Amino acid sequence: MSVDEKTVRRIAHLARIAVTDAEVPHLQGELNAILSFVEQLNEVNVDGVEPMTSVTPMVMKKRQDGVTDGGYPAKIVQNAPVTEDSFFLVPKVVE
Amino acid sequence: MTELTHLTISEARDGLKAKTFSATELAQAHIAAVEKARALNAYVLETPEKALAMAKASDEKIARGEARALEGIPLGVKDLFCTDGVTATAGSKILGNFNPPYESTVTQNLWNDGAVMLGKLNLDEFAMGSSNETSAYGPVVSPWLRRDDSGSNSLGTVLRSARDSATNTLQGDAGLLSKFRVPGGSSGGSAAAVAAHLCLGATATDTGGSIRQPAAFTGTVGIKPTYGRVSRWGTVAFASSLDQAGPIARTVRDAAIMLRSMAGPDAKDTTCADLPVPDYEAAVTRGVKGLKIGIPKEYRVEGMSPEIEKLWQQGTEWLRAAGAEIVEVSLPHTKYALPAYYIVAPAEASSNLARYDGVRYGLRENGKDIADMYERTRAAGFGREVKRRIMIGTYVLSAGYYDAYYVRAQKIRTLIKRDFEEVYAQGVHAILTPATPSAAFGIGEKGSGDPVEMYLNDIFTVTVNMAGLPGLAVPAGLDSQGLPLGLQLIGRAFDEETLFAVGQVIEDAAGRIALPQPWWA
Repeated sequence: MSVDEKTVRRIAHLARIAVTDAEVPHLQGELNAILSFVEQLNEVNVDGVEPMTSVTPMVMKKRQDGVTDGGYPAKIVQNAPVTEDSFFLVPKVVE
Repeated sequence: MTELTHLTISEARDGLKAKTFSATELAQAHIAAVEKARALNAYVLETPEKALAMAKASDEKIARGEARALEGIPLGVKDLFCTDGVTATAGSKILGNFNPPYESTVTQNLWNDGAVMLGKLNLDEFAMGSSNETSAYGPVVSPWLRRDDSGSNSLGTVLRSARDSATNTLQGDAGLLSKFRVPGGSSGGSAAAVAAHLCLGATATDTGGSIRQPAAFTGTVGIKPTYGRVSRWGTVAFASSLDQAGPIARTVRDAAIMLRSMAGPDAKDTTCADLPVPDYEAAVTRGVKGLKIGIPKEYRVEGMSPEIEKLWQQGTEWLRAAGAEIVEVSLPHTKYALPAYYIVAPAEASSNLARYDGVRYGLRENGKDIADMYERTRAAGFGREVKRRIMIGTYVLSAGYYDAYYVRAQKIRTLIKRDFEEVYAQGVHAILTPATPSAAFGIGEKGSGDPVEMYLNDIFTVTVNMAGLPGLAVPAGLDSQGLPLGLQLIGRAFDEETLFAVGQVIEDAAGRIALPQPWWA
């Protein structure tokens, strides 16, 4: 499978990465090089094979459902580009 | 006496204990070496004040007879580990001046054992790369030169003048710059710093070969432990089902000492195994008598360099001579590991890196609405390789392609793991392979047109991550140009001890590699 320019733009939008017109052909070439490299996986017979979900057999660790940490909002927002009263600020989403 | 920076961790530990020198003197010697080696660009951030404060505390501990396992040992930290109050970049511009208010479990474990932090080490952006050239803070240059290029002091001058003081990128004639070798990646800063004597050991991480390939390129020892042996908490995530932290050091024993401190159960990482950590250092002298070592025929890839082939054969002979039984084994799905990795790893990366959106930390580029803000922020903050991988990951996870790519790759991963299980079920204790398909290449030499050319570096290492197994890279010789080459040992899950035992036999047989003289200083 290979991707065309329109698909490159669609993927970029899904990935929330702005791309310029000049970048699109380069990205297309690079993505197609990778896609053609992974094409060989189609040679493998995977009938009846379970997809891997956990690389080492392990039971998910559980803990009591309770608050174990927190209470320091200033620390949480200290690295944010824009904040107000311990809230993260984003551009207006709902009109 | 040996220069303080040229000691191994075990020698430094003995010297500190015997009070031959102090932790402060040891830290000072390293701080001076780091300053003189800025042209290599191994450190993205030096923390000399922190190092001296930690060394002072270590000296007090030693004076009271309370020295811990790594008391006073100066280490470098790959800048993928969050360290409380010290900026973390992950080699990316998108993290801006991110200053984590918490400490990763790995680094906390090291400080709890008395280690001293010299600074943060350069890496490929978000650990995505095999040459350290994707770092947003400029490429690391390996301390190694080809034999024909070494011996002249002029390359030190060339390097210092090529380094742009604002961006740390290399500017100048591409032909001249290609004389400099890459240190490998993504833990290129870690490997270069250890090889150039800018720390006694370093933390590193490995998602597809990022500890073992740079270790092999720089004549150092690196181990990627079993998935779950070391906590991932507080380490910037790339591909969560593959990422694992480990040490890079100058000897097998040093790697064993460091791993023991780094590893262990952690309630903050649900994938971290609740298993006790063995005394790895005790394992290094076990030898290989009675061990069965597998040689996988599928690693004899088409077009393999005769030098690598010879090195591999030599390693086999060394182990046989030391009493191991050598058997040929088959891992039939080997060739599919790398393509499957280039689906699984980008898929996980596209998900993990969704958090860099200009809201909670790091860079923000304003836009006309929130989606535009996200898109501009991520376009400005991520480098080319990272964008490429996020986009591949987004594509293979998108509606209509998920089964054809992602599910198929995860099925192939099951087959890769099964290959190893069948070999281990035959009584094989460890597997010997080359670590890399070649010695270190030149800066700017690979991957500019076709990203796959660079990806092929990980052909021997990536299988190990896909199967969650431990892998150790150990220096085994030099190529015809005088550059180091490494062998890889692959072990059973949670049996790093055998890798240290076998690795020590190779180190003893090969002899410790003489690391380069400081032409950069």
